[in-house]
Amino acid sequence: MGAEQAGAVCPWREMGLSDQEYQQILELLQREPNYLELGMFAVMWSEHCGYKNSRPVLKLFPTAAAHVLQGPGENAGVVDIGDGWAVAFKIESHNHPSAIEPFQGAATGVGGIVRDIFTMGARPIALLDSLRFGPLTENRARYIFSGVVAGISHYGNCIGVPTVAGEVFFHPSYEGNPLVNAMCVGLLRHQDLKRGAASGVGNSVMLVGARTGRDGIHGATFASEELSAASEERRPAVQVGDPFMEKLLIESCLEIIAGGYVVGMQDLGAAGLTSSSCEMASRAGTGIEIDVACIPLREHGMTPYEIMLSESQERMLVVPRAGCETQVEEIFRRWGLEAVVIGRVTEDGVMRIRDGERIAAEVPARFLTDECPVYYREEQEAEYYQRLRQFDPAVLPLPQALDQVLLQLLAAPNIASKQWVFEQYDHMVGINTAVPPGAGDAAVLRLKEAGSKGIALKTDCNSRFCYLDPYWGGALTVAEATRNLACTGATPLAVTDCLNFGNPEKPEIFWQFRQAVLGMSEACRVLETPVVSGNVSFYNETNSQAVNPTPVVGAVGLLENVEQRCGLAFGPDGDLVYLLGPWPAEMGGSEYLSQIHGVEAGPVPRLDLQLEKRVQQTCRSLIASGTVRSAHDLAEGGLAVALAECCLGRGKGAVVELPAAALTGSRPDALLFGEGPSRIIISFPPEQESSVRAAAEQNQIPCYRLGRVGAERLQILIADDLVVDLPVAALYEAWAGGIPRCLNQPSM
Amino acid sequence: MKFGVVVFPGSNCDADCYHVIQRVLAEPVEYIWHQQDSLSGCDCIILPGGFSYGDYLRTGAIARFSPVMEAVAAHARQGGLVIGICNGFQILLEAGLLPGAMLRNRDLKFHCQASWLRVERTDTPFTNRYQQGQIVNIPIAHGDGNYYADAETLAELEANRQVVFRYATAAGAVDATANPNGSVANIAGIVNRAGNVLGMMPHPERCAEAILGSEDGRLLFTSLLRWGKGGMSDGR
Repeated sequence: MGAEQAGAVCPWREMGLSDQEYQQILELLQREPNYLELGMFAVMWSEHCGYKNSRPVLKLFPTAAAHVLQGPGENAGVVDIGDGWAVAFKIESHNHPSAIEPFQGAATGVGGIVRDIFTMGARPIALLDSLRFGPLTENRARYIFSGVVAGISHYGNCIGVPTVAGEVFFHPSYEGNPLVNAMCVGLLRHQDLKRGAASGVGNSVMLVGARTGRDGIHGATFASEELSAASEERRPAVQVGDPFMEKLLIESCLEIIAGGYVVGMQDLGAAGLTSSSCEMASRAGTGIEIDVACIPLREHGMTPYEIMLSESQERMLVVPRAGCETQVEEIFRRWGLEAVVIGRVTEDGVMRIRDGERIAAEVPARFLTDECPVYYREEQEAEYYQRLRQFDPAVLPLPQALDQVLLQLLAAPNIASKQWVFEQYDHMVGINTAVPPGAGDAAVLRLKEAGSKGIALKTDCNSRFCYLDPYWGGALTVAEATRNLACTGATPLAVTDCLNFGNPEKPEIFWQFRQAVLGMSEACRVLETPVVSGNVSFYNETNSQAVNPTPVVGAVGLLENVEQRCGLAFGPDGDLVYLLGPWPAEMGGSEYLSQIHGVEAGPVPRLDLQLEKRVQQTCRSLIASGTVRSAHDLAEGGLAVALAECCLGRGKGAVVELPAAALTGSRPDALLFGEGPSRIIISFPPEQESSVRAAAEQNQIPCYRLGRVGAERLQILIADDLVVDLPVAALYEAWAGGIPRCLNQPSM
Repeated sequence: MKFGVVVFPGSNCDADCYHVIQRVLAEPVEYIWHQQDSLSGCDCIILPGGFSYGDYLRTGAIARFSPVMEAVAAHARQGGLVIGICNGFQILLEAGLLPGAMLRNRDLKFHCQASWLRVERTDTPFTNRYQQGQIVNIPIAHGDGNYYADAETLAELEANRQVVFRYATAAGAVDATANPNGSVANIAGIVNRAGNVLGMMPHPERCAEAILGSEDGRLLFTSLLRWGKGGMSDGR
């Protein structure tokens, strides 16, 4: 079947390969591939597995640092935290499956990322979820939102890994194409670090865990195309998760690693056995021979093609140490799991698939991995870019009642309490959660195995900023994620990213993508947070409408002494409230403009990365010295919302007096609701005021006295004009009920 | 006092219970595999939380058939101490070691949250460090915690003072607003008639250290130690 027959039968097109790519395959093989070989090329050369559109751009990220034990290219990044301990982490998307089957799509997203972590020899200790949906006013958005949260709850709770942080954001651009990004963090001893390499010619290759069925065939290809009305037909490409099986896999795989029986291990994710075996062989420079007749099947009559491309969940490929097969089998049997030798490591670098005596496929592994085509896509500045950034928010009318604006913002789903979400997740199992969801700007886990250390975790992305200005939006995202860590007292160590964009074959989308990566890279360099792992999700489009560019950042930080962790809630009456960083003055791209004025435009807030770094440093040092009692950064909703959130933590009021000077060059709504970066609200006992001022001065950052904690009202005065005067109970009512009201459910 | 933490396939709070006993209480503890038929001379057996066998069938319905459960039942008959926490409570119900049954939460959602309990009895091996009527903060995390017993069973439970914990408000009111899951009579934990088997949905092992936000659960474990050292008469 040559490409010249394109008008007749072109199975490669069906599988998502272009005619040109098919030509390349012919040249590589010097013959026509058979159907199975073609299928293997198609999944391995899909964007999802091969990163063919993104690889050159991803090289822009800084990835190295002394404490990075494993950078990108493995199942997860690994970072040293001292005393022989390390953390492994990665974030991954499961957007397309969640769009058509929210519950299982999200559940299996969790399952996949958890396997990536214990594959490295790490015990999974935390999950985070970064979720984006259409507005809750839409029926389908409510259905997808509820289903995704239930799916994460179902899977994460069962496997006993706490879901400790994340974000939820609603915007019309996600209506047809929700984003479901799951991040997992694991803890390991340095000596237990495993890599997904099939080393040792002659070693056995074992398949363990669930049996192989017909589910999820060509899931990776499906994930690499745009969503449309026809996507419903792809429902069979969505897998069904079995968290119980996953829990057994976690325990048994960690046991065989602890026993020293493992050379290399790899989970079966997208493109199933094909990608896991190719990647293991490719990393080790070896070949793998597999006999599909040895593979335990869930259904009769499966062809080698179906077996090699199945995405049945909860399976692992293990290369045991020579002679340890029996011990490995024994451990899996004890956990009630099957472990079967299905092949061996070879020296010829070839992926050879047998079906008993017959050879079903024979392709050099590097053809499938290294020879994957790389595209330098055309890019073009988006048509809207200059137009929207020239919008001046000052032309908008100033609302009469700023207190009502505050209540409206607190009730908006993007700002309202996410309790409805995180209470469905077990966020305590593992008894490490020292700052639970909602109590701080990031989750903090003590590490009960690793002495006094703690880690702080957060995912972030302001996709509105990223749409309006991809470069600065990307930089702002890294700044916000790391700032959130700083607010708990943690030093950022490294980040993982999940880059969610539209169709990269469109020049404007590729422009968004490259600009965002450039901005993120610059911020990562200045803030000293290398990118150690990540995932790219393109083709997030419905009927040719792309989602807002959404490069989600998952940041991990370290607290040497977890007892010094800091939350966001105001403490006792009389504590002073200060702002670290400049007065907010910019409204462009804010939640306020969107919610109140229905405008998504304007220049995004200016980011000075050096100032950002110094503000974070100041906050961290004030927490480490025990000076401050709370720290909370300004984000969606700006200063007023941040103050309200600090009040809501423990039901405390505050009197905030903003001087006339705070308004220089701006107006009251910009001061109250603008979303400038590098700004943190802290509170502390009055006797610490001079220490705080000294720290700010030493770090050359502005700091301003805002007021005092006290009573049960939040009062905000601007130049003696009382603009907000609300009982904390009213703030709570608006904020706590925001999401349940949209779902017509009682508050929890 | 020697503790044994039973590990079923799918248990996920086993290591947490183990940690509290070993590191917080500094008492001897070992894991007991679900296929064991003896309890290795343990004085107190903990059936931990989790999703035994995935809980794909009724919660605890498969775990109760594990070989270890016969040994647990024999231990209980002989007056040995048994605690079932969350999934462990569900298994004790399925095994008939405690009366009643567990339904899905009233709103059909999983709830992981702080929960306030009123201590109804302090003359048990599990609660002698608490004050009668004390309001304690012990979190819940379950999807099937809606305790049900028919009227007759409920009357027996009340008559025999078998209800040990009830969901309450922080101010101490036992009312509908305090009930997170729809449990009959706000029941959060019960003992058997002899008082040596406790089942509770809240997780005391999740609040035995200050860093986790509450230490109210630790008293449950120290109650056991006090009981083990000669009952409650020593006043310590």
